[in-house]
Amino acid sequence: MENLITRHMHLTVLVGVLFLQVLGLAVQVKRTTDTQSTRLIRVWTVGAITPLERVIVGTQQGVRRIWNNYLYLRGVREENRELKQEIERLRLEQVRLSEGANQAHRLQDLLGIREQYISQTVVAQVIGSSGSEQSRLIYIDKGENANLKTDMPVITADGVVGKVLAVYPSQAQVLLINDQTSGLGAILEKSRLQGVVKGSSVGETVLDKVMSDEPVQPGDRVLTSGGDGIFPKGLPVGTVSRVTRDLGNLFWRVTLKPAANLNRLEEVLVVTQKQEREPIAAEAVGATRAADILASRLPSVPVKAAGEGPTAPNSVVKPDAARPDTAKPDPAKPDPAKPEQAKPTQVTPSGTNPSEPRQEAKPQ
Amino acid sequence: MNISHTSPEQVEVYRLNLPAAVIITLLALFLQSFIPHWISWFAIFDLPLLVTIFFGVTRRNPVSGLLTGCAIGLLQDSLVHQPFGVYGITKTVVGYFASSLGVKLDVENAAARLILTFVFFVLHKALYFGVARYMVGQVLEWSWGHELTAGLANGVFAVGLFFVLDRFKHRI
Repeated sequence: MENLITRHMHLTVLVGVLFLQVLGLAVQVKRTTDTQSTRLIRVWTVGAITPLERVIVGTQQGVRRIWNNYLYLRGVREENRELKQEIERLRLEQVRLSEGANQAHRLQDLLGIREQYISQTVVAQVIGSSGSEQSRLIYIDKGENANLKTDMPVITADGVVGKVLAVYPSQAQVLLINDQTSGLGAILEKSRLQGVVKGSSVGETVLDKVMSDEPVQPGDRVLTSGGDGIFPKGLPVGTVSRVTRDLGNLFWRVTLKPAANLNRLEEVLVVTQKQEREPIAAEAVGATRAADILASRLPSVPVKAAGEGPTAPNSVVKPDAARPDTAKPDPAKPDPAKPEQAKPTQVTPSGTNPSEPRQEAKPQ
Repeated sequence: MNISHTSPEQVEVYRLNLPAAVIITLLALFLQSFIPHWISWFAIFDLPLLVTIFFGVTRRNPVSGLLTGCAIGLLQDSLVHQPFGVYGITKTVVGYFASSLGVKLDVENAAARLILTFVFFVLHKALYFGVARYMVGQVLEWSWGHELTAGLANGVFAVGLFFVLDRFKHRI
């Protein structure tokens, strides 16, 4: 036996090294969420590779800045004039849009919808990539020193880029949305169909698990849905470039053109802080919930006073009508026991004041 | 084409000093990480693989070749988002076979290097596909057209690269 091993020493070493690696791989695959066990070697390798990348990118940016800001100033005066005109136009548009935004906020407050928005970002320079066709990720020049943490969203002015996957002392690894292992909650702007954005094996960005109830057209915009708990709602993800039926025809398989150019990223924004705007009006009215407001607007039939016989089968009991102080019979209301009067009636919103007289409209 | 079958005694064995080997490896990893970000099609090249093949056929020692391949593969694993060992396993095998073949064949000329790199690239891809798909559970698609084209591109690139790297090796 010993002679056999000595004779085939090279092969024995090969089998031994492969066995150890397969064993290590099996352990990691089983612990799918654990990256701490291999963190040290990753930190060393990234620490050895990225300083050179940082120097080259920094030099390149410096040269470009000097060229653009001090040397190549042709047409700047003309551009400045055009930009001033653009600012004037945008100011007018801002006034118009702010009216709409205020109205939307009032409605959100009324319905108790929490709004999430980006409150703090860190600008980071892209210094490298994984260099592999199978793994779509980039390295940025900010890390723990800039208070970056895993799962922070990474965006550009154009749209979503990805999320922070691993943070090293002065670098961070960002998983792009076109990686196979990524998953981003998204919604189609027009049809409001929801799906999951991820990468395909050939590097395309696809919107998966979209129910084929409604048609999806190339050119439709896709936004973040906020359902993944990482990205705030409403950020542009991309536009639909191709639509095919998935297996079983239950889902659309939608191929996207990402809003951010993932192959040409230079600077990105890492969202380090998100804030939720609490609904103000909903808190002010105390116990009134959105469900109560909606329920008060639904067609209903008034509840009969005790001892007046059974309620009509199609009647709806209003939440506030069930309260002792509001369940008093209204003499102005029709008797639900009579067949011609038992039809559901549409009631206008009565507000939250139970003593406020209700107006009843005729059935339409 | 001049792929001659030679006895181990006839084959010249070279060595690379350690600092040179370390710098070449790190430079290969750096370029592999840096260039594809600016030139996306450069990702079809696998510089760490080419360096593994070069070290293997230069040293012509299977144990040294497989250990070098293992080290380079694990370093490459640390730059990508996948479990440690996928590139490690594939480059260990390539390093072993490259150095074993280097013992038996004279692979000093350009044509031999092109063919050798082409074959090892396809072998490496096939091993990667197998490990990533059946051990890690990644969803991968095998495209013969893409892999053969990439293999040819790597072969051509290797001819030039090996010519440059030849300057760092010393005959024992």
